Amino acid sequence: MVMAMARSAEHELHRRRRSRNVGLGLVLAGFVALVFALTVVKVRQGDLMEAYDHQPRVSVLPEEGQDGGTGTTTKEVQQ
Amino acid sequence: MTDINAYEGAPEAEFGDYVALLKPRVMSLVVFTAFVGLSVAPIDVHPFIAFCAVLFIALGGGASGALNMWYDADIDAVMRRTQSRPIPSGRVTGGEALGLGLALSGISVMMLGLVANWFAAAFLAFTIFFYAVIYTMWLKRWTPQNIVIGGAAGAFPPMIGWACATGGVGIESLLMFALIFFWTPPHFWALALFMKEDYHKAGVPMLTVTHGRTVTRRHIFAYTLVLAPFAIWLGLTSVGGPLYMAVAAVLNILFILGGWRVMRRDEDAAMADNYTVERRFFRLSLYYTFLHFLALLVQHWVGIGW
Repeated sequence: MVMAMARSAEHELHRRRRSRNVGLGLVLAGFVALVFALTVVKVRQGDLMEAYDHQPRVSVLPEEGQDGGTGTTTKEVQQ
Repeated sequence: MTDINAYEGAPEAEFGDYVALLKPRVMSLVVFTAFVGLSVAPIDVHPFIAFCAVLFIALGGGASGALNMWYDADIDAVMRRTQSRPIPSGRVTGGEALGLGLALSGISVMMLGLVANWFAAAFLAFTIFFYAVIYTMWLKRWTPQNIVIGGAAGAFPPMIGWACATGGVGIESLLMFALIFFWTPPHFWALALFMKEDYHKAGVPMLTVTHGRTVTRRHIFAYTLVLAPFAIWLGLTSVGGPLYMAVAAVLNILFILGGWRVMRRDEDAAMADNYTVERRFFRLSLYYTFLHFLALLVQHWVGIGW
């Protein structure tokens, strides 16, 4: 009788474990959501998404008649 | 039945124990000062970027808190105030705290670099190193000036916030640093006067133990005098204004007055009324930083600077 009750009743240990599992799950889900939202914000802001790729790119050159007015550094383009 | 009872002896951690390792109360100060540093900076930051930046600065602060708890578990086990922390109480092992601290340090620095800029990220990495290694492992157990130099770790967050927005350091961010840096010693020494922890038993050289309580009282007053000019100077920079100046003037007069009263007190008189003056000074010190930074923020929002 006592045995049966002890088995069916939830031990305090299970509560602690569940708290860890649920907590970590929420943190990970939150982190994924955060990175996604961050990506959306960064892309909308128009941050430079093309980096130097071993050859000059027209798209990252400063616009005509502008002295390095874009977000790209001249050093990057010259390389 | 025996099997089930066997678990009773070894308490297992719940999620909150890992959160407690990050010292949430210290984190709240980090969040607030970093947010103010970021907000008052001359370059506007997208609200979500600002939110993420503050979040990862706080996470870095939490990581250094976990490293501190890992290293200081022996001290925490001796002192009454800290005996119930996760490691001394046996709910979390030292190794787990070390692992969590290192992992969160890495994540927070990398993420801050991606969110804001790498200067701010390097600054955060340095702050974690400063708190965990220079303060916790070295100064805390070695010199009674531990709190003075260790206070720098708590003073970096507004500078990191500023660096997130501007990518550098300015006179304003240096003065925000000075405001917390010179505030920390009187704040903690006032606490040490009335908490009367057994620092000696724990092997921590607190000024109250090494140089006596009278010297500590004099130090408290001296620091309130050093602090005031920096608080006023901050008000004269681009982030200051009439509102901040008014708040700073009142708070610094009160703080110097409080420091004076603490210094003039004789230990017997203090003991007789259970450290009323010291407790009042400690409470004032809590309002001191909070209201200064709040004033900076409101000043920025209202927008009537000099």
